[in-house]
Amino acid sequence: MKTSQEARDVVGDYKSGWHDTENSTIRFDSGLSEKVVRDISKIKNEPEWMTEVRVKAYRHFAERKMPTWGNMSMLEQIDFEKVCYYLRSSSATENDWDEVPEEIRNTFERLGIPEAEQKWLSGVTAQYESEAVYHSIREDLVAQGVIFLDMDSGLREYPEIVKKWFCSVVPYSDNKFSALNTAVWSGGSFIYVPKGVHVEMPVQAYFRINAKNMGQFERTLIIADEGSSIHYVEGCTAPTYSTDSLHSAVVELVALPGSHIRYSTVQNWSANVYNLVTKRGIAHENAKIEWVDGNIGSKLTMKYPSVILKGEGSHAEVISVAYSGSGQHQDAGAKIHHLASNTTSKILSKSISKDGGRGSYRGMVTVSPKANNCKLNVVCDALILDDESRSDTYPTMEVANPTARCEHEASVSKVSDDQLFYLMSRGHTEEEALALIVNGFFEPFTRELPMEYAVELNKLMALEMEGSIG
Amino acid sequence: MFKRDSVCTYTMESSVPLLEIKNLHAGIDGNQILNGINIEIGAGEIHAIMGRNGSGKTTTANIVMGHPDFDVEEGEIKLKGDNLLDLETWERAKRGVFLSFQYPQAVPGLQVGNFLKKSVASIKGEEAAKGKNFRELLKKSMKELNMPSSFLSRYVNDGFSGGEKKRFEILQMMLLQPQLAILDETDSGLDIDGIRTVATGINSSIRGTNSGALIITHYSRILDYIKPDKIHVLIDGKIVATGDSTLATDLEENGYDWLEERVKEGGIN
Repeated sequence: MKTSQEARDVVGDYKSGWHDTENSTIRFDSGLSEKVVRDISKIKNEPEWMTEVRVKAYRHFAERKMPTWGNMSMLEQIDFEKVCYYLRSSSATENDWDEVPEEIRNTFERLGIPEAEQKWLSGVTAQYESEAVYHSIREDLVAQGVIFLDMDSGLREYPEIVKKWFCSVVPYSDNKFSALNTAVWSGGSFIYVPKGVHVEMPVQAYFRINAKNMGQFERTLIIADEGSSIHYVEGCTAPTYSTDSLHSAVVELVALPGSHIRYSTVQNWSANVYNLVTKRGIAHENAKIEWVDGNIGSKLTMKYPSVILKGEGSHAEVISVAYSGSGQHQDAGAKIHHLASNTTSKILSKSISKDGGRGSYRGMVTVSPKANNCKLNVVCDALILDDESRSDTYPTMEVANPTARCEHEASVSKVSDDQLFYLMSRGHTEEEALALIVNGFFEPFTRELPMEYAVELNKLMALEMEGSIG
Repeated sequence: MFKRDSVCTYTMESSVPLLEIKNLHAGIDGNQILNGINIEIGAGEIHAIMGRNGSGKTTTANIVMGHPDFDVEEGEIKLKGDNLLDLETWERAKRGVFLSFQYPQAVPGLQVGNFLKKSVASIKGEEAAKGKNFRELLKKSMKELNMPSSFLSRYVNDGFSGGEKKRFEILQMMLLQPQLAILDETDSGLDIDGIRTVATGINSSIRGTNSGALIITHYSRILDYIKPDKIHVLIDGKIVATGDSTLATDLEENGYDWLEERVKEGGIN
């Protein structure tokens, strides 16, 4: 384990020194500069090319303007100088659960990870603050040649694979936040599934922001080789803090011909977290990419999982739900680009807003002139629980090929007194009745999740409905 | 568990009625709908309320269940001597009041099986919703109502036909085994086989038990299969006639006009 002194030896003296607070061994002072970016790379002992990518990304970030859509007034409140860009809880990646520091273990035990592992997991990577501290993978996956590592270890152990695909799906210049992530990324998952290998059980990771003002910039890269399949699940929970936190991840999926990647997320950030994530996959011939994306918490989420249908016969699906409570804005949706013929896509977006929360669906589907016989289907439903809350829909379809078949449906509904009365007449309190309606509304999403996530989500929504009746 | 003998039942019945509605005046948004309703149902009895649309039948049912939109200005509603008017709808349900809705509400995404389990757990306790006994009662009741088991994985009233909705209401009644079942136009939208099936369900839940039922209808047909102990006729928010099942036959043959005339002439009560 590196101590503060050792860290000083590696990157030189910092004006304000290192922090040992919040149980972290190494913590950078807040604020971002080219030096901070180079130091992050140095402390991780990264190859030169990665340092260069980080620096280029940083320069782009510094020049790039904020997005001019979404919730601009909330975005402007982010003070990048107050964010801490690197923090490490324990310097080594532990292989044995017992060797994980006790306090961190307690946090995970409260989340029920070891128990869940026995039943469901084929591998666990738990990300505590910036780096993976615990990682395990079932032996049969190793035997099949599946690589499942945290991203830092992936870069160390498989530099050629990482170099080949890193930034190939989401270039750092894609947007301001993908540039930021590329400059300062830490942790995340690296997965490679060899040709023809089917990973039967979902592979999971939990993420958690635990230090005040701690940005989390994980980077995930999943490559499914020809004819393989994998289901990756990430779940996020975060305790509430009084100051704002920034979460800006990048996820890149590469689905080679005939492969299938499903990526499921349930995130429940505390109500002060900015969740600005870029998720994108490229589907080659006859490959299939599915994003199952649940956004419950955060102050502002801007997230549009996207798929580039590059190969003929490829298929994309994005199923998302968003719940916005008081002071929250979920600006979520999907982007799908049909670049090849006979490609199909499906978007299902469901949002609930309550107590003045705001839910927006922002979606884009494009069909290129060369792509014949594409089929696309978009459904977005909104449920508004009171008069103070708001729901908006911003659907865009750019179809440049006349053979495409497009379907779009949108609905906005409110919970009616009669619906509540009906459920209450069956012995359910008003809050329970509301939870039944809300969980029913989310059901098309929840049924796609592994069981324990579905149960967790239903409980979470029931908790959200508590005390909601005025 | 002790077994109640018939004498004991008789004593209870005669001292405290199952349901007592006394001088009920109520309305909605300032519009008077009920003008002094009196009904008393004993344990094991089935009563019917008949009347035209707008006479206050559904309002009566909703008020007994506790619909928040209605204002009760005067009167009492008691279940086995306990005042119901101070209780929330879900508390009334837990005391054993059940309403079969005229227009059951859809809850998309809520599976029938899951909903039945949750409702039974809520009203009869967690234990009652678990294990073999629950499953067997469910299976038996669905068979009686000619409902296929695939019904359990559908969403509550979502895309149900009129007949399916009504059967589902009766299925809930059979599982929840209420003290007092109010059936609001359960026969409307049903064909003759449906009516017979539903009537069988009602008879088997109420007859020979300590429970009671109040059936709201404007056709006499369902009453041929249920044979209520008493029939009340409601006109303009007031019960204008109470009689046995021959009253239903009279109404079927002569309509409500003759009753209305007699009310105008000075009443028949």
